[in-house]
Amino acid sequence: MPESTASAVRHSVPPISLSRRITDHVMTGVAILTVLLVLTPLVAIFGYLVYRGIGSINWAFLTQIPKPVGEPGGGMANAIVGSALILGIASVIGVPFGVGAGIYLAEFGRNRMGQAIRFTADVLNGVPSIVIGVAAYALLVLHRHFSALAGGVALAIMMVPTITRTTEEMLLLVPQALREAAYGLGVPRWRTTLSITLRTATSGVITGIMLAFARVAGETAPLLFTTLGNSFWNVHIDQATAALPLQIYVYANSPYDDWHRQAWAGAFVLIVLIVASMAAVRYAVRHGSFGAA
Amino acid sequence: MPGPQPVEETKVTSVQAHPAAPLLHVSGGERSDRFFKSAMTACGLAVLGVLVLIVYELVSGSRLSWHSFGFKFFAANEWDPVNEHFGALPFIFGTLVSSLLALIIAVPLAVGVAVFTTEMCPKVLRGPLSFFVELLAAIPSVIYGLWAIFVLVPLLGQRVEPFLQKTLGWTTLFDGPPVGYSMLAAGIILAIMIIPIISSITREVLMVVPQHQREAVLALGATRWEMIRIGVLRNARAGIVGGIILGLGRALGETMAVTMVIGNNPQIVKSLFAPGYTMASVMANEFSEATGDIYVSSLIEIGLALFLVTIIVNALAQLLVWTVTRGQPARGNA
Repeated sequence: MPESTASAVRHSVPPISLSRRITDHVMTGVAILTVLLVLTPLVAIFGYLVYRGIGSINWAFLTQIPKPVGEPGGGMANAIVGSALILGIASVIGVPFGVGAGIYLAEFGRNRMGQAIRFTADVLNGVPSIVIGVAAYALLVLHRHFSALAGGVALAIMMVPTITRTTEEMLLLVPQALREAAYGLGVPRWRTTLSITLRTATSGVITGIMLAFARVAGETAPLLFTTLGNSFWNVHIDQATAALPLQIYVYANSPYDDWHRQAWAGAFVLIVLIVASMAAVRYAVRHGSFGAA
Repeated sequence: MPGPQPVEETKVTSVQAHPAAPLLHVSGGERSDRFFKSAMTACGLAVLGVLVLIVYELVSGSRLSWHSFGFKFFAANEWDPVNEHFGALPFIFGTLVSSLLALIIAVPLAVGVAVFTTEMCPKVLRGPLSFFVELLAAIPSVIYGLWAIFVLVPLLGQRVEPFLQKTLGWTTLFDGPPVGYSMLAAGIILAIMIIPIISSITREVLMVVPQHQREAVLALGATRWEMIRIGVLRNARAGIVGGIILGLGRALGETMAVTMVIGNNPQIVKSLFAPGYTMASVMANEFSEATGDIYVSSLIEIGLALFLVTIIVNALAQLLVWTVTRGQPARGNA
């Protein structure tokens, strides 16, 4: 564009009035202020958690079971093992069902039933965790007794919607040509889905599983009246079991300083577990071929 | 012939099933295909089944309470386990007030963060900023509660509440002794917890607004804020409202952090400094110790009510977000 035309254009536009310019700057300032206000509690929570957590954690905490009420010392080793047991049960139940439902939606779900399942999964995702706990209680505890299994089932129900929807998304990203190539070689549909489509989308599917895992790892509400908690070791799936989040909750509400200290140590262990699985997700997303959602 | 014809899917399957193609014949392929399809369909149906099962358990568990109290259960003010009089009104009140308080605090902040990250932020900061906000979503509820007990509640009790009482005491919203454990504390911790959900959905929705909308408004001589207001926010309205409602759904059902700071006292009072009680909290506190069928049944009925409310709220939000993002799930933390 010749320079004279450019300046002519510039002159023909009326200058932006002072009040509009001030509004513009003020709103930019407001937006920056909101970011600072949101980041403050994040920094405060993480900072305080790391500060109290690192100061509180010790060898006894990781290897011993709780001392009797009010006595200092002891640890949460049984709760760490209990959490592993409950999360293990949840994954064993939740992962196959979640991935299977995801495969159904991606490969066979272009119909009304698929739409209904999709909607149900999204709605299930929003059901409060405590309500899922109540349902698991009515189903597995009411006429029996408190057990790790009941807690694991509650957490599995919470994992399924996330895994289902991410698996579906990831499978749909796999190019149709890959499936057609497999069909062309005479590979049956089920083998194509499992060894070609699912295999190609593995890293994305694992991302979904880890997200679901991180989400339920810190859940407390559905465990309150399903696994109940336990002051001793337990590895039986039909017995009341200690869990890390439960123990943090009980200790935080107690009047004892040493239990407060252990609550912080437990919170620190829990957050390390969760951040580690989130970091694993980020790594998988960055280095996998179909990771980006 | 105008070049090679594209191979249609029907042809591919017919080759596979054709007996005259011995090289491609895989024994039992048809049958295992059918088996595979029904196994996957069963997994899909399990998702539906779980929801149905939850509804069934809640309905059958609350039958006893429903027969004893009827509709009065939701209108009665009394929660007396000793004499077995149960009314859920104080809990409904507590859930609604704490969630609305959370929305009032969270919505402007969350939308502000989303607008900043999509429209104003330098590209370098965009990734880390949204990662940090999502990190907020990954912190378990019980850790928010722990932090709130040891940091937020003392801060409110010693600094913020006396200050509010002095300056805004005339509104009578801030009466009573400033102890920290209060409806206000619950509202604040809930706000911190739902900001990531509202803000990440708002961000997704803002990013769907076509670039030429922004360019068109700018070409008319708008400033950046006018461009955001007219070209972006107005177009994304439905999706943002969806995100807000989804945040509301999360706040209604949030349990642990609220239970740890709200004070757990079933009462209906105007003051935000007074302790309250929510539907989720009463289940968390009393379920494992509830004795007597009618007590357990009443608690399950509260669970059923909470379930129905969150289902309606979430379905509404889902539909609103779906209209904007065309079928992508509305997720707060993915």
